[in-house]
Amino acid sequence: MARDVAIVSWASFETPSEPARNEVEILLPVIQEALGMAGLTQQDIGFTVSGSSDYLQGFPFAFVGALDAVGAWPPIRESHVEMDGAFALYEAVNVLRHGDLETALVYAFARPSRGELDRTLALQLDPYYVAPLWPDARSLAGLQAQALRDTGIDVPEVPATYVADGAVAVVLAVGDKARSITDTPVWIRGIDHRIEPPSLGVRDLTTSPSTRTAAQTAGATDVDAAFLHAPFPHQELILRASLGLDAQPVNAAAGPVMVGGLERFAAAAAALSAGDARRAVAHATAGPCLQQNLVALLEAAA
Amino acid sequence: MSDPVTIVETPIRLDYSYTPGVAASRFLRSVEKGEIVGQRCPKCQKVYVPPRGACSMCGVATDEELTLTGKGTVTTFCVTNVPSPGLDPPYVTAWIRLDGADITSMFLVQECDPSEVRLGMRVEPVWVDAADRKPNIGSIQYYRPSGEPDAPYDDYKDYI
Repeated sequence: MARDVAIVSWASFETPSEPARNEVEILLPVIQEALGMAGLTQQDIGFTVSGSSDYLQGFPFAFVGALDAVGAWPPIRESHVEMDGAFALYEAVNVLRHGDLETALVYAFARPSRGELDRTLALQLDPYYVAPLWPDARSLAGLQAQALRDTGIDVPEVPATYVADGAVAVVLAVGDKARSITDTPVWIRGIDHRIEPPSLGVRDLTTSPSTRTAAQTAGATDVDAAFLHAPFPHQELILRASLGLDAQPVNAAAGPVMVGGLERFAAAAAALSAGDARRAVAHATAGPCLQQNLVALLEAAA
Repeated sequence: MSDPVTIVETPIRLDYSYTPGVAASRFLRSVEKGEIVGQRCPKCQKVYVPPRGACSMCGVATDEELTLTGKGTVTTFCVTNVPSPGLDPPYVTAWIRLDGADITSMFLVQECDPSEVRLGMRVEPVWVDAADRKPNIGSIQYYRPSGEPDAPYDDYKDYI
């Protein structure tokens, strides 16, 4: 029987362009705030995992340098995904479900304002036939928006690619440990992520089968709130349809690249623990045109 | 049948502005002035040079700043016998524990024969002329023997 895993604390920071602090200096107060909210120190954390992209910083193994913000001594159990922090959370949930650890720290960070995000994101495309054309992220989103418009519905204009710097940290705990940390743990009842075929040409860009399948596996139905990660506004329409959302309040945001998805989990946890909703879907995406999608069902303490 | 393609060239270039961060900026401004500043961890008391704004062992901000003399002790070194751009072999690269610092830094050791370099050797920085200094580590040209007696083994045994 898998153990129950809950979000017990969170913190986040976002700014259009961080002028002076480096990644570690941005992360440190965010991690300290999240740990402090849970009344924990790094020594109390069983598993630490992060989501970020070295391509944004421009040097290899930049994510290892970010561990300065954690304090990895005595040596810790640590992992990293070159993806949005929500996918790091997925790894943490599964590690905790295994049963030998009780707590996890998940964090994500990015400072795309120092580089060329539209070009950097092109490097996640097919390296031989697509990336050498340097299609910028906004143009790819434009293809998707136009395909959606061609189905006859109103679609918002595609704005410039959202660029912001930021960091987010979320602390997870299992069962009674979570209940001992907070009176309002936010339980992750189900979580799954799915991927579309890598070639944009073979996809129907107007729908998101991966979101629909992940939501089914996660049991994310009959929710009373939704927290969606939509790097471009028209993607909210695709996600709403794929998740079968109707009149529920939808809180959609882009957020900083690598950070925005995990930030949706932090926002959902804040709303659920405050009693603003009982049962919510949290979503995160990665890749061009909603290529990869992660969906979780979150519930307030029962 | 046509020849198989064995190489596809797809040049990639991305430009970045590097931001050293608040702590490292203070260090870089100090070397521009011919000084070396470090930061002390409030928890374990270790002094980091260059400072990175956080203690990587404790995960806390390092905000106490201190100025070092710049002198140090060779803790280990390497004699290189192949040429590098701008460096005629043999030349010496050393890890140097700056006085007051708890981590070592890498510098060239010059103005002596490589055979004279040894663990415990006391060294001092040779700065670029003040007018030519910039906020980068190149403002220290290299280290050279200071002429002081060798440091006792206990001073550097944990840094070898």
